[in-house]
Amino acid sequence: MSQSERQLVTGNTKTADLSNEHYETLENYIGTLEDKEGSLINVLHKAQELFGYLPQEVQLFIARKMDIPAAKVFGVVSFYSYFESNPVGKHKISVCMGTACFVTGAEKILEEFEKELLIGNGETTKDGMFTLKDVRCIGACGLAPVVLFDDQIYGHVTVDGVREILEKYRKVDKYAY
Amino acid sequence: MDGVRSHIMVCGGTGCISAGAEDIIDALKAELDKVEYDQEVNVIRTGCFGFCGQGPVVKIHPDNVFYVKVKKEDAAEIVNEHIVKGRPVSRLLYTDPESNKKLDKHHQMSFYQKQYRIALRNCGLINPDDVYEYIAFRGYEALATVLQEQTPLQVIEVIKKAGLRGRGGGGFPTGLKWELTLKSPGAEKYIICNADEGDPGAFMDRSILEGDPHSVIEAMAIGAYATGSNKGIVYIRAEYPLAIKRLQTAIGQARELGFLGKDIFNSGFCFDIEVKLGAGAFVCGEETALIQSVEGSRGEPVRKPPFPSESGYLGKPTTVNNVETFANIPPIILKGADWFSGIGTENSKGTKVFALAGNVKNVGLVEVPMGTTLREIIFDIGGGIVGNKGFKAVQTGGPSGGVITSADLDTPIDYESLKNIGSMMGSGGMIVMDDETCMVNIAKFYLGFTQDESCGKCTPCRIGTKRMYEILDNITKGKGTEEDLAHLEELAPMIKDAALCGLGQTAPNPVLSTLEYFRNEYEDHVLHKYCTAGECKALAKYSIDPEKCIGCTLCAKACPVHCIQGAVKQIHVIDPAKCISCGVCARACKFDAVIKP
Repeated sequence: MSQSERQLVTGNTKTADLSNEHYETLENYIGTLEDKEGSLINVLHKAQELFGYLPQEVQLFIARKMDIPAAKVFGVVSFYSYFESNPVGKHKISVCMGTACFVTGAEKILEEFEKELLIGNGETTKDGMFTLKDVRCIGACGLAPVVLFDDQIYGHVTVDGVREILEKYRKVDKYAY
Repeated sequence: MDGVRSHIMVCGGTGCISAGAEDIIDALKAELDKVEYDQEVNVIRTGCFGFCGQGPVVKIHPDNVFYVKVKKEDAAEIVNEHIVKGRPVSRLLYTDPESNKKLDKHHQMSFYQKQYRIALRNCGLINPDDVYEYIAFRGYEALATVLQEQTPLQVIEVIKKAGLRGRGGGGFPTGLKWELTLKSPGAEKYIICNADEGDPGAFMDRSILEGDPHSVIEAMAIGAYATGSNKGIVYIRAEYPLAIKRLQTAIGQARELGFLGKDIFNSGFCFDIEVKLGAGAFVCGEETALIQSVEGSRGEPVRKPPFPSESGYLGKPTTVNNVETFANIPPIILKGADWFSGIGTENSKGTKVFALAGNVKNVGLVEVPMGTTLREIIFDIGGGIVGNKGFKAVQTGGPSGGVITSADLDTPIDYESLKNIGSMMGSGGMIVMDDETCMVNIAKFYLGFTQDESCGKCTPCRIGTKRMYEILDNITKGKGTEEDLAHLEELAPMIKDAALCGLGQTAPNPVLSTLEYFRNEYEDHVLHKYCTAGECKALAKYSIDPEKCIGCTLCAKACPVHCIQGAVKQIHVIDPAKCISCGVCARACKFDAVIKP
């Protein structure tokens, strides 16, 4: 789809971070689906995988390509906690709040992250490095309390260990740039 | 497989993988290459062994030696000592906490002794990514049997006679559920596997799908045949990437070998399975909400009746069964209804998998016959409480269940007995709590959960749980009054009676049950502004033990609000009026002199 076409669809031009390539991939994916409406959740998963989150314009794009009301797309996005409609940081920190983690001190771990990163639960640091979020049980109760850093699981996390984990990521990123 | 004399089985469950199992597999393979044993010794990634607290777990076949807490650095020793020289590496063996003896066989361990594995039969035994290993353990034999020898009604009769009940929590008889769908009019029917394991602290469904995905596929095909469906859907949490991957691999293999697809086993029966992902909504475990979600909508429950067996997915008759329920089906077909109904109690047959977690020594998955007591599970299998603290309570049934105190530990567990003592079976999460757990805080935790997960459709759940949560929050912050307790007791039955679905109807349970068994704790919070367990920060005040304090000043330096007075080599004192109870002093003290409230 051309840039001007997209402007028609989305009504704005702030699309710098949302590359055309992703839209094409998404459109092709939608094209392969037989039962379009029933696959909305799968489509949203795919879109989030591509774009990192689901901004309004992506939601609109999906609605129009799938020929369903945008309100329905928004309704589904806002219903499920897995879907993000705000930009997320480079690293996603998910503190497991399952019961096993809770009784082994997950609340304190989350607080420590909040203190270390100076952000609240669900927020992203100003430098766009970290997004902090509590998550529902990820089923690794044997390692409780558990913190998920992107896809990497850290088990038996202690309050003192929080800074250590953060340092590790900060260092790696420093070298990366 | 020619010439293979030994197998090294490495646990590939999420727990062990997170603890480095993949690295161990690579290291073992590299070491075997070095000694040129790679042709005669295989390294296999299996499903979950269940003993997650001791992971990563490695088992050597046929010697049947069980290694625990293995690291990748141990690979060389395992290969050089055990494989090459035939000498087990004793430092990696499990130490029995009672006798302090090293045990090398898993069946000697108290963790495994009282277990009886039906649903988990293949977990830790086979490579989940290899369909032929499943077939070697009588895989797909049950499907072949029913397709060639039994009518759908006969299959249902077997399941009914076996007495299998839904393992997702409700305990509805599976055979009856199938019969209702079969008898519903309509040519188009569906069977759905509920793998939306949302109960925090329960991970048995994940382990079954990761460790033995074919058993679920086979059982779904059997269920589809019995209920007259040709299409199956697995609705699985997006939070379980490994389970999704293994399930998809398994479905591909089953299609290739003709266990799924058209004319299965030349019977004319056609069946295929599609995987649909959830997106993080606990309420989608409720079957009507699940169906909404599978249809691509918000997962809001709808009123029953009509039940899904009459009008479910796309308005067609639909059966929804849980993963663990399915995993029980093939053995029942193969071994017979009498075998299955011979296990368990009068009204609850077979076994139940529990995810034992929390403040218990042996964290992991345990499968025990119905009728086993909680004491056996927590103290014999689970090894008791971590850190020699006291047992306070065990929570079953997740956010819908309640707490059970030591007075009821000898209750033989089944669906009814747990209900009678104010809890429920639920999906099998079992969280053990030590005496430092605040029960008001636990109730608040569960209410926070249900409140967060309430879909918002019906008022009692949306607003009722919010009000209950606020009251509990106030109590833990020291702002509670005696009236609040009365309000909780008044709200609870209203929400239970009026909520639309199971989530709301059971949401007040954790509050009611903690109020019943631990009313004194609530009263301490409300009347004396004191939290016995010391968990509620707003109520907690720290103090210093003058006997232990040596006056090192560490605590005073660490205190962010400077509320600790004292000079070098003098006993320090905390000013309770200024103390914000952050606990920094307790962590700073090297002499254990700071007394937690």
